[in-house]
Amino acid sequence: MPNNTLTVRVGGDSATGGIVTTGEVFARIAAYAGLEVYTTRTIPAEIKGGHVMFQARIAPNEVWSQGDDLDMLIAFDQESIDRYYALVRAGGILIYNSNESHPPAPDGVTQYPLPLNDLAKAINFQRGRNIITIGAMVKLFGLPFDTATAVVEKQLGRKREMLEQNLLALKSGYAYIEQNVTKTAPYHLTPRAGAKEEERLVVSGNQALAMGAIAAGCRFYAGYPITPATDIMEFLAGEFPRIGGTVIQAEDEMAALAMAIGASYTGTRAMTATSGPGLALMTELIGHATMTEIPVVVVDVQRAGPSTGMPTKVSQGDLRISVFGANDDAPRIVVAPVSVEDNFYQIINAFNLAEKYQTPVLFLSDQDMSVRVQTIPPFDLKRVCIEPRQLWDGRDAAAFERYQDTASGVSPMSLPGMKGGQYVAEGLEHLPTGEPDYTPEMHTKNMFKRGKKIRQAAGDAAKWGMLEQFGDPHAPVSIVGWGSTIGPVREAIERAEAEGLPVAALYTKMIHPLPRTEIAEFIKDRAAIIVPEMNYTGQFARMIQAEYWREVDSLRKYGGIPFTTREIYEEIKRVYATLKKPTKKPAAPKRALRKKKVASKRKTARK
Amino acid sequence: MITTLEPITYKFEPANLSPNDYKSDLHPIWCPGCGDFGVLASFYKAVAEQHIPTEQLVVVSGIGCSGRFPAFVNAYGLHGTHGRALPLATGVKMAHPELVVVAAGGDGDAFSIGMGHVPHAIRRNVDITYIVMDNEIYGLTKGQASPTSPVGMERKASPYGTVETPINPLLFALASGASWVGRGFSSRPKELVDLVKAAMQHKGFSLVQVLSPCVTFYDTYDHFKQISKPLPADHNPRDRMSAIKYAMDEATLYLGLFYQEERPTYDEGYAAKRAQAAKPNYGIKEIMGKYMR
Repeated sequence: MPNNTLTVRVGGDSATGGIVTTGEVFARIAAYAGLEVYTTRTIPAEIKGGHVMFQARIAPNEVWSQGDDLDMLIAFDQESIDRYYALVRAGGILIYNSNESHPPAPDGVTQYPLPLNDLAKAINFQRGRNIITIGAMVKLFGLPFDTATAVVEKQLGRKREMLEQNLLALKSGYAYIEQNVTKTAPYHLTPRAGAKEEERLVVSGNQALAMGAIAAGCRFYAGYPITPATDIMEFLAGEFPRIGGTVIQAEDEMAALAMAIGASYTGTRAMTATSGPGLALMTELIGHATMTEIPVVVVDVQRAGPSTGMPTKVSQGDLRISVFGANDDAPRIVVAPVSVEDNFYQIINAFNLAEKYQTPVLFLSDQDMSVRVQTIPPFDLKRVCIEPRQLWDGRDAAAFERYQDTASGVSPMSLPGMKGGQYVAEGLEHLPTGEPDYTPEMHTKNMFKRGKKIRQAAGDAAKWGMLEQFGDPHAPVSIVGWGSTIGPVREAIERAEAEGLPVAALYTKMIHPLPRTEIAEFIKDRAAIIVPEMNYTGQFARMIQAEYWREVDSLRKYGGIPFTTREIYEEIKRVYATLKKPTKKPAAPKRALRKKKVASKRKTARK
Repeated sequence: MITTLEPITYKFEPANLSPNDYKSDLHPIWCPGCGDFGVLASFYKAVAEQHIPTEQLVVVSGIGCSGRFPAFVNAYGLHGTHGRALPLATGVKMAHPELVVVAAGGDGDAFSIGMGHVPHAIRRNVDITYIVMDNEIYGLTKGQASPTSPVGMERKASPYGTVETPINPLLFALASGASWVGRGFSSRPKELVDLVKAAMQHKGFSLVQVLSPCVTFYDTYDHFKQISKPLPADHNPRDRMSAIKYAMDEATLYLGLFYQEERPTYDEGYAAKRAQAAKPNYGIKEIMGKYMR
């Protein structure tokens, strides 16, 4: 049992299996038993049918990534064996549906047949194969059966009749393992002392995000269904009406953002959520919100593209469209959380930044952290602070100018309903009053005003907890990153450090504007900067290079699945090996730019 | 430190203003003789006669000559992107139903780039009035055929004449289930004032198509004068089939109220759902509690 954690993957066809339910219910059983859980899954784009896998990593202490090798593979069908058997570590376990598949030749992996179809038939419950599997897993992992019963009752107990069948199935799987496979669980994780008494949330990133939006005072949501962002809308559609909010399922993404802008124009905190294809449509209105200076939060749960791409696979490829997507320069703020838990705190920052600077804020989550269910500490509601929008004080209506330039560039705003504050929120270039104006002087001034506001926001990053530094602060090798790559990076750094290869890491949750001083200070004396990210061109690496004129080691993965700890660890090792060679003095920025352009030691991580 | 936001609601007293008080300081940029002047003047009158305070009135538009409408009204305004007047207006109205929200635009904005939003505003029955100034041409881009232009229109972008059949906006609205549909003419201001007033007083989505000729690129004044006439006295605006019949008549452009029905507005419907879902002493703490181990 390496590292005292267990990684189990369940694979099968979604048409017959209920694979995701299997995984989710099992994850909850482990969580309720006092263990920490980190899940990953792929979902097919098909409505019904198509191969799916669900993976859970379970440990007494917090885990930060999906893990490398599998300790256990549960294969509902032959395809799952064909796809994943190679990932099972030596000494690991394969449990295969002996009614539908044949095990590979024995090679150091213990194989147990589980006649899922027969067991289901025996209890006259054809669709119960997933719950039978859960029962089997509970036995194999030595989890308490009564906890399993309680979770099944809570999760699947809506219909009385179904519940009885489900409990029967649970028992059947449990008993089969006990009688035919093993009496003592091959895997048994003991929860930390007192863990069961500790409060833990079991949520996905999208749920954390939606809760954060509620805590941040958001009361208006408009969105168009899109994988993997839809459950944000579904969550809020359930909760908003209870607390006086509004959710509109719009006719398309342009309408969704337009509605949010309209609501925010009246003073209501508003957002929309989408994924890449929707974001592409929204760019015209992002520019509009920049121009009219109306606060709004746009969530992009990134998936692999371009175009429809791979709706159920992860990517970090929307960084560039988020920072630049609009016609001409349309400054906005871009925020990216790093984990399930961080979705809660960073979406609050996103709302506060939008309101404070009267600007659109793009929020870059990703498929991996949005759908992943994880055990995390309860959200600290004492950390919730609301930064109000700067409103017109209602005095001296004759002198009020909505877009009056100020030292900060932020202009006090009037809201419909306020007497004397009438103005037009204008998408054309305009005078301080809002009256359209095309003079070069005014356009120059306003371009500067809109940019000035956003530049200042960089100063809030450190104050608002948007920078996370870890590892050895004095290490010569560093990692500068963003988003959900933080999990495998954290574990890789621990592994490298244990082998005498210290690494310093900085994750920024404000992607645009970059917290310039803090990052400059952090990278100043490093011999190497590794920038891991899940996109083809190294979008963040190029931003760092452009901003600081420093060569970076752009580590890219773009197959639609997250980094593993090993991939990051191998890169750290590789970079350390290059350091032993005599290092040349860094070239002067200008020469470097001319001669080498942006070329650097890029390396693509592939499986 | 603020930790929660209290929702703001406004109470308005009826205003006693003249049509002139709704004029902004800006003079319209439209060509002299543009039909939109007539629409604007009728609008000033219609809102004055309804005693709407300027701070309660929000005028939303997209892009085009008539998209400039909000700038000429002393009220709150939101000048959006091309085609998005209706979703912007929907957001305003749903966030603050106590505001009076009017969307304004042209035939390109409404029935071409923004057409995707029209049936949805209709089926939601958002309580807004949409005034579409229809000149059957793209004026701001200097004369291209619009979705309401007649077949065979020869312009620079269609030098051999268009082949597309024009959209019939009223028929479309009626078929989509609009709860209020009317047609006015910029050259008949007296009737137009009454029509706009009636549209605004209707609870729900109201579509006012206003024939508003473009003097520069497609002068249809005489044409519209010849082929338009009031709906016959025996037309019952509660009779959808009759409304459809008159809307389908393309040889005569009938003017007046085609159709009206009462059904719950979007904000009323949503408020009812809120009342049904409401939970006392319920907030983020309780929501989080549901996901605790």
